[in-house]
Amino acid sequence: MEKDLTLYHGVWVFAEQRHGKLMQVAIELLGEGRKLADDIGTELCAVLLGEDVKDLTQELFAYGADKVYLAEDKELNTYRTDAYTKVITEAIKTYKPEIVLLGATHIGRDLGPNLAVEVDTGLTADCTRLEIDPEDKKLKQTRPAFGGNLMATIICPEHRPQMSTVRPGVMEKPSYQADRSGEIVTLKPEFKDGDIRTQVVEVVQDLKSAVSLTDAEFIVSGGKGLGNPEGFELLQQLADRLGGVVASSRAAVDEGWISPTHQVGQTGTTVKPKIYVACGISGAIQHLAGMQNSDVIIAININENAPIFEVATYGLVGDLYEVVPAMIEELDQLKVEEAY
Amino acid sequence: MKIVVCAKQVPDTTEVRIDPVKGTLIREGVPSILNPDDANALEAALAMKDQNPDTEVIVVTMGPPQAQYMLRECLAMGADSAILLSDRAFGGADTWATSHTIAAAIKKIGNVDLVLAGRQAIDGDTAQVGPQVAMRLGLPAVTYVQNIEIEGDMAKVQRQLELGYEVIEVKLPCLLTAVKELGEPRYMTIAGIVDAYEKEITLWGREDLGLDPSECGLKASPTRVFRSFTPPVKGKGEIFTGTADGMVRDLMVRLKEKHYI
Amino acid sequence: MFFTEQHELIRKHARDFAEKEFTKEVLDEIENTAEFPKEIFKKMADAGFFGIKMPKELGGGGSDHRAYVIVMEEISRASGIASIYVSSPNSLMGSPFLMVGTKEQKEKYLRPMISGEKIFCFGLTEPGAGSDAGGMTTTAVEDGDDYILNGRKTFITAAPLADYAVIFAKTDMSKGTRGITSFIVDMTLPGVSCGKPEDKMGMIGCATSDIILENVRVPKSEILGKLNRGFSTAMKTLDVGRIGVASQAIGIAQAAIDESTQYAKERKQFGRPIANFQAISFMLADMETKLNAAKLLTYHAAYLKDTNQDASKAASMAKYYASEVCNEICAKAVQIHGGYGYIKEYKVEKLYRDARVLTIYEGTSQVQQMVIAAQMLK
Repeated sequence: MEKDLTLYHGVWVFAEQRHGKLMQVAIELLGEGRKLADDIGTELCAVLLGEDVKDLTQELFAYGADKVYLAEDKELNTYRTDAYTKVITEAIKTYKPEIVLLGATHIGRDLGPNLAVEVDTGLTADCTRLEIDPEDKKLKQTRPAFGGNLMATIICPEHRPQMSTVRPGVMEKPSYQADRSGEIVTLKPEFKDGDIRTQVVEVVQDLKSAVSLTDAEFIVSGGKGLGNPEGFELLQQLADRLGGVVASSRAAVDEGWISPTHQVGQTGTTVKPKIYVACGISGAIQHLAGMQNSDVIIAININENAPIFEVATYGLVGDLYEVVPAMIEELDQLKVEEAY
Repeated sequence: MKIVVCAKQVPDTTEVRIDPVKGTLIREGVPSILNPDDANALEAALAMKDQNPDTEVIVVTMGPPQAQYMLRECLAMGADSAILLSDRAFGGADTWATSHTIAAAIKKIGNVDLVLAGRQAIDGDTAQVGPQVAMRLGLPAVTYVQNIEIEGDMAKVQRQLELGYEVIEVKLPCLLTAVKELGEPRYMTIAGIVDAYEKEITLWGREDLGLDPSECGLKASPTRVFRSFTPPVKGKGEIFTGTADGMVRDLMVRLKEKHYI
Repeated sequence: MFFTEQHELIRKHARDFAEKEFTKEVLDEIENTAEFPKEIFKKMADAGFFGIKMPKELGGGGSDHRAYVIVMEEISRASGIASIYVSSPNSLMGSPFLMVGTKEQKEKYLRPMISGEKIFCFGLTEPGAGSDAGGMTTTAVEDGDDYILNGRKTFITAAPLADYAVIFAKTDMSKGTRGITSFIVDMTLPGVSCGKPEDKMGMIGCATSDIILENVRVPKSEILGKLNRGFSTAMKTLDVGRIGVASQAIGIAQAAIDESTQYAKERKQFGRPIANFQAISFMLADMETKLNAAKLLTYHAAYLKDTNQDASKAASMAKYYASEVCNEICAKAVQIHGGYGYIKEYKVEKLYRDARVLTIYEGTSQVQQMVIAAQMLK
């Protein structure tokens, strides 16, 4: 049966919270959702579920929501597929949004597919770009496929709402406007026996255990230009700021400054992190073979003719003992800013 | 116990290359493999079979006829039987239509105690088919599962979170989607390969599943690919010179612009 | 043309295994310690590599010679030494038991060999009897229900690791090759000892030593096959063995070509990749052509075996040609790598050393020429 698409209005953002704190991606989605809502000429709504989470509504308004659909219940304290699916499905069926955005977190990517089946619509996973077609006001959802080798723009022409999960960290965080306010629509969830078929018996917080070179998203690597083994301690500090690990070129291993398990290159490990910072590495082909597929290569070298600059996304010509501390300082500064 | 493992044959995306001249995806010569997360799901099923030899492990896939090679591999690892859902009508399916077809097959198998699937496939990376199959079967589902303990008709599983995990109890029958941590898939064995070629792979088409053409493939898919393109190639890099502080500030601007940090 | 879909899946299996297990760290460790990791040995057994063509009733894979060739090729491509551990139970050690072993002997020895629980070695060569096996001087003298063995075997692969050896000894000094019998010798028996492991050029990771037999008492029940028929068992075993060495050669040569093409594309001199120079690309073309010829000879020999045709000459030609061109290919691979090829950190240096034994063991190239010529001229 054809759906009457004109019945659907508004952009919804799933305001994912954990332990009473909004996820970063929820805020990013409010920023993106605001743009989409403005392009269509409609309202931006947040959907907030939890137990005693009403305080968060002010934050949602401040980040751009016009309206918050709020459901509070002890059953909604911790995310559970069945409970969240039931509440949001009912809300979608009642209020008929035209777009629903969720963060592509372990929760969003669990909830999204269930909602899509329940409300009988399509879902585009892990989007990195959203835009409204100026002609027909439909949502164009762009996402990487084939391990990032291909980008696909997906549309959902005949079904509503148009649903996407969005990769965290991609969309811009909006500014906080403390004086903004909006309307709260209270949802009244009711759960019967058997509605919620899973029990969370324990939540175990686990700090990320040490990552291996091949799994690391951020790698700070040092070469002969370090001049001494202590240089790696400085690199470790930078790696800590990025949540990454320290690696090395063969030359530094040969000098005995670091163990061979850290070696990147043809005769070491091949890596493909998001960011590879090469410090004092000249860039012998043997080294390049092991790291040239990194998403971003930042090269720091005092010699402007070093071959590493040929593969670098960003090259910094200078003394690593000045550049690296400056990077550490900038990153610390950034953390401070983010905290506010 | 009867376990169905949902698997997909995928191109090995680590081997996918971009034609440097045309800027298109080179699919030729890219090996097809058993999707890695699905291999972890199969391993979990086979480990249960090791514990309890009464367990029956059935692998189900939807795909073109070539997907039978992947099914042979699953059999060679130790699965009892394999079913290939293949029909022209299934072509062009998105996750909505795919989950509908797979759910129909699992219903047809009948009396299934546990459905295992990989978290996501490396070609599409959607992570949607698993939970949607569960939804259509009316089964509870837990995604991102990194550990499973079965006690009687209860499954106690660890669901991976970004930092840490939850311990969840769910009653069988249910569907679980597997992540890598669930267990390193075992190797095939030579004897297993020989046995795999002595078995028949069951082939089910649209009619076998009692599905209407409107419920399958592209026709039943709410989403459409509007266009696809290769991401812009990395240009020659940008070189900064000057003072350390100046260079680092410029660098940070770029990294923030591109959302790398 | 020689392979079925099943063979291709076996190739995938062996290749996946080799790529995953034989990492640079593992290979370096083997090279440095001269020991093969027990856990990988166990994994190889579990993957079914030790009984590829052995009957399933004995825990084998129930496949064929072509599957054996494929596994040997893929394993050698990653690690020459690992392929020796595959070859032994499938060929040199497994074949005699399969051919002439009694039911009890198969149960007692072949089964644990296939499962990797027991290691065996093949005691044929002597200090004074290499290619001329008939010239051996190890003796076995009947004494009641036993035989008393005396002598010295040399260059015995895996001797220091072995639980059992199959020892060939003269039971009738007057009859030359027709007076040789094979015995299953428990390496823990009184009077059995091993020499110091040899310091080899290549194929490091499987100790090779002498076996010294001093009044070793072996029960008659441990005779493998019939009395005085040991030489024929040995020769038939070596037939299969030749196909195995040919497979090692094509695997190692393939690895040398893999390394060389990659290096030639990446290494730049005079402002362009060296692959753009005909001096290099023509070398690669020669290497590839010869490797393919060697592959066809090897696959053909295995195919003949699988279809119960006479494979003796074909196996000798495959072993002779594949091992010779493997050495040529590895030498060229080192040449393409230039100075780096002479350095241990680069894989071709090891390939070059590992390849060298292939024209020597299990029948030198010259012995193969004799076998081939003899068949032509008979």
